[in-house]
Amino acid sequence: MSEPVLIFTDKGIYCPAGGFYIDPWRPVDRALITHGHADHSRWGHARYLSSDAAAPVIRHRLGEIAIETLPYGEARRIGDAQVSFHPAGHIPGSAQIRVEVGGEVWVVSGDYKVSPDGLCESFEPLRCHAFITECTFGLPVFNWAPQAKIAAQINAWWGANAAEGRPSLLGAYSLGKAQRLLALLDPAIGPILTHGAVENTNEVLRAQGYALPDTLRVTPDLDVKAHPGAMVIAPPSALGASWARRFRGAQVGMASGWMALRGVRRRRGADRGFVLSDHADWGELHSAIRGTGAEKIFATHGYTEIFARWLTAQGYDAQIVPTQFGGDEDTDGEAP
Amino acid sequence: MKAFAALFTAIDQSTKTTVKTAALAEYFRTAPDDDRLWTVALFSGRRPKRAVTTTQLREWAAERAGLPLWLLEESYPIVGDLAETIALILPPNEHTSDRPLSAWLGDLLNYPSLDIEARKVRILDAWNRLDATERFLFNKLITGGFRIGVSRKLMTRALAQATGQDEAAMALRLMGDWTPQTTTWQRLVAAPEPEEDDSRPYPFYLAYQLESAPQTLGPAQDWLAEWKWDGIRGQLILRGGAHHVWSRGEELMSDRFPELAAATDFLPEGLVFDGEIVAWDGRQPLPFNTLQQRIGRKSVPKKLLRDAPVVMLAYDLLEDGQDLRDTPLHARRARLETLLAGLPPEANIRPSPRIPFETWEDLAQTRNMARDHRAEGVMLKRLDAPYLAGRKKGDWWKWKLDPLCVDAVMIYAQQGHGRRANLFTDFTFAAWNGNELVPFTKAYSGLTDAEFAKITAWVRRNTLQRFGPVRQVKPELVFEIAFEGIQPSPRHKSGLSLRFPRMARWRHDKPAQEANTLDDLREMLALYG
Ligand SMILES: [Zn+2]
Ligand SMILES: [Zn+2]
Repeated sequence: MSEPVLIFTDKGIYCPAGGFYIDPWRPVDRALITHGHADHSRWGHARYLSSDAAAPVIRHRLGEIAIETLPYGEARRIGDAQVSFHPAGHIPGSAQIRVEVGGEVWVVSGDYKVSPDGLCESFEPLRCHAFITECTFGLPVFNWAPQAKIAAQINAWWGANAAEGRPSLLGAYSLGKAQRLLALLDPAIGPILTHGAVENTNEVLRAQGYALPDTLRVTPDLDVKAHPGAMVIAPPSALGASWARRFRGAQVGMASGWMALRGVRRRRGADRGFVLSDHADWGELHSAIRGTGAEKIFATHGYTEIFARWLTAQGYDAQIVPTQFGGDEDTDGEAP
Repeated sequence: MKAFAALFTAIDQSTKTTVKTAALAEYFRTAPDDDRLWTVALFSGRRPKRAVTTTQLREWAAERAGLPLWLLEESYPIVGDLAETIALILPPNEHTSDRPLSAWLGDLLNYPSLDIEARKVRILDAWNRLDATERFLFNKLITGGFRIGVSRKLMTRALAQATGQDEAAMALRLMGDWTPQTTTWQRLVAAPEPEEDDSRPYPFYLAYQLESAPQTLGPAQDWLAEWKWDGIRGQLILRGGAHHVWSRGEELMSDRFPELAAATDFLPEGLVFDGEIVAWDGRQPLPFNTLQQRIGRKSVPKKLLRDAPVVMLAYDLLEDGQDLRDTPLHARRARLETLLAGLPPEANIRPSPRIPFETWEDLAQTRNMARDHRAEGVMLKRLDAPYLAGRKKGDWWKWKLDPLCVDAVMIYAQQGHGRRANLFTDFTFAAWNGNELVPFTKAYSGLTDAEFAKITAWVRRNTLQRFGPVRQVKPELVFEIAFEGIQPSPRHKSGLSLRFPRMARWRHDKPAQEANTLDDLREMLALYG
C-alpha cells in the first residue's frame, strides 16, 4: 500500500510526496496557507504559498515573508504532488487546497461556508477521494437563516437605534466578518465608522478591488457627536474596552454563529445577537461532503468527535484530525 | 403565543431593567385577561405540572428531526438547555398558529387525562405550528424551570405600572395560594380590593450581607441583634381557625410541619409570625442536615417526627388583628415577646432570643461563638424600622461568620448552563488521602467570567479522559473552597458533605501537593459537624 497523500503530524497536515505542510502551527520549510486567519497562517515559515487573493492580507498580518501565490484553479507541481487553490467561501481570498498524488485527490477545506455572501469568492465543490473538513458548527442545533434575513434584522436594528439618536456598536472579527457586514449594511441609514483594526483590513481589501461601502476610521480626535446614529464596526475585544466608551448611549450587537445559543448571547452581554457565521452550518457541512463524492472524511476544527461519529453512522470512513490543542476549541464570540 | 413570544424576545434582548419593565407593563396593559393572568402565574413560579418526561421529549424530538438520540444528547450540554436544544434541532414549522398563550397552557393542563400517544401527537403538532422562539417557550412550559430573567420584583413593578396601583399592595395581592384555575385577572390584579384569603402571607423582608464594619451602622443601641439560624425561613399564619405555613420561596408547607399546628391551641386568631423553622433538640437547634430530612417530604412518618422534631423560632410579628408592618420593630417585638411569654414547649413556637450587647465590640465577640449556638452569624435590625418587602438595604443586615475554607484540587470539569453554556464552570474538587485524591465537593460559582474563560482554555488543553459531558483533568489547579457548614454523609466517598460550597479564589500560588487532606476535613467535621 502506498503512503497516504496527506498525514497528520505534530506540526500540522503534511504531504510526504510534496514535502510541504498545510496551515502548519510550528515553523516549517514550506507552508501552503488556506487563508489569513491567525489559526491558519502563522509566522516563522521559510516559504509560503497561498492564493493570489489571500496574499495581501497574509502579508499585512505577517509582514516580511517569502510568499509565492497562485490564481484560483491553477495547478502547480511540488515534488511528486500537484496542488491548486479553490475558493472556500469563508472570507475574501480564502481557499480549499487540492492535492493530487499519483491520481489520488485529497482536499483540505480550510474554513468554509457554502452559500454565497456576495463579497467573497463562492465556495467551489471539488471531487476528491478524501476530504478534510472543518466542523466548527458540526452539531444539528446550528442551522443558519438566509443571509438576506439577517441583513434585514441588522439594518432594522441600526435604523431603530439611529432614529433614537443612538450609535450602533457591532462586534465582528476584523478580517472577514467585519467586511461581510459592511457589504450588508444599507448606507442610506447613516454613517459607518470603523475601528482601526477593521479599517486597516478594509484598506488592504479595497486595494484588491473588493467593493466595500465608504467608512470613517475612528481616531482619537474624531468627534463622535458629529456622526449621530452611526454604525460602528469593531472587534469584539474593543466593545468592552475603554475604546467603546466614547459612544455614549450605544446599543451593542454581536454577529457570530455562536449567537444561535441563548447562553452565549447572554454571556456576551450584548443587547442584540445576530446569527451570522462565516462557517458552514450543519446542513452545509453535509451538502459539501456529499458534493466531494469522497468516502474518506477527516473532521477537524470543532466538534470533531461528535461529527465523526455521526458521519461513521452515515456510512463514511470518518476520522478525527488531531489539532494543536486536541479539542473542541472556538469558545464563543468569534470563530476565525 | 405570538404576543408572549414577542414579550420574551424584548426581555431577553435587553440587559436593562427599565426596558424589561416597560415591555412587561405594555404586555400587561394589552394582552387578553387569561394570557396576562397566566403570565403572572408563570413569573411567580406557578407552572402546570410536568405532563411528559424529558426522556420522552428527547425521544420525540430526535425522531421528528430524523436524528439519533445520542446526537441530541451530545448537543444538549453544549447548548446548555434542553428546551432550547429541542427547539433548535427540529425542522422548520410548516404552519403557524394564532392561538393565545392561555390556550396552549390549557392543553398542557389537559395532558394528564390523555394517554401517552395522544400527548405525543399534540406535542408534535405544536412543534409544527410554532416558530423557533415560540417552540422554545412551549418546551420551557412543558419541562418546567421557567426562568427567563424576570424577577418577581420586576414583574410586580410592571403590574403596578400597568394598573396604576401601589407596588407594595400589588406584591401583597400576588401572595398566597392561587392558580390561574382558581382566580381571574379581574379578581387577582384589577379589582379595587384584593380577594379575601386567610392563608395569604406577607412578602418577606430580606436582609443584605453586611460588608463593612458594624460601626458604620451608627450607635449600637439603635439596633436589635439576634442569631441568624440555619433553618427554613417561614411565616406561620393563624387565621380562621387554621394554621398556614409558608416558606420564603412561597411554598405552602402546612402539611409538612404538622408540629406547628399546636400554636392554634395556645394562641388567639389573627396572628402572623415571621421566623425560622429549625429542628430542635429541646434546648437548641439540631444541625441543618437533621432538618434536611424533613424537607422535600409531603407527609411525615411518625419516626421522623420523633427523630427530627421542628419548632419555629419567631423573629417578628407581622399581624395582630391588623397589619403591623408599619409599626416600628421595637413595638412589634415587644408584642411578640408578650404573646409568646410563658407558652409551654409543646406550643412549638418560641421567640428567637435577643442577643444583649452594649457595644459593637461586645457583639463581635458574641458573634464569634455563633457556631457553638448552631447559628450562622448574627442578624442586625434597626429598632425603629418598619417591616419592608423584598431585599432592601438599610434596616436589616446579616452579619455572617467568615466561611470555613479549604484548598482543594480540581479533578473534573463540566460545561455550565444558561448564561455560562460553553464555559467550563462546574468542577469537582478533591483532597489528598495519602497519595490518592478523594473527591469531596462540587462547586460552580464564585469566580468571574474572565477566570472561567481562562480555566476553560486550560481544561481543553489538559483533558485526560471524557465521560460524556464530564472531563477528567490533570490534577494541577488549586482553589480555595469556602463553605458554611460540614456534615457527615455516608453517601459520599469522602464520608462528608459541605453546605454552600463555592470557589473563594484560584490559588495560582499553590501546587496541587499543598492542597488540604481528607484528615483536615475530618477534623473540621469533628469541630463543626
Ligand atoms: Zn479557523
Ligand atoms: Zn477562518
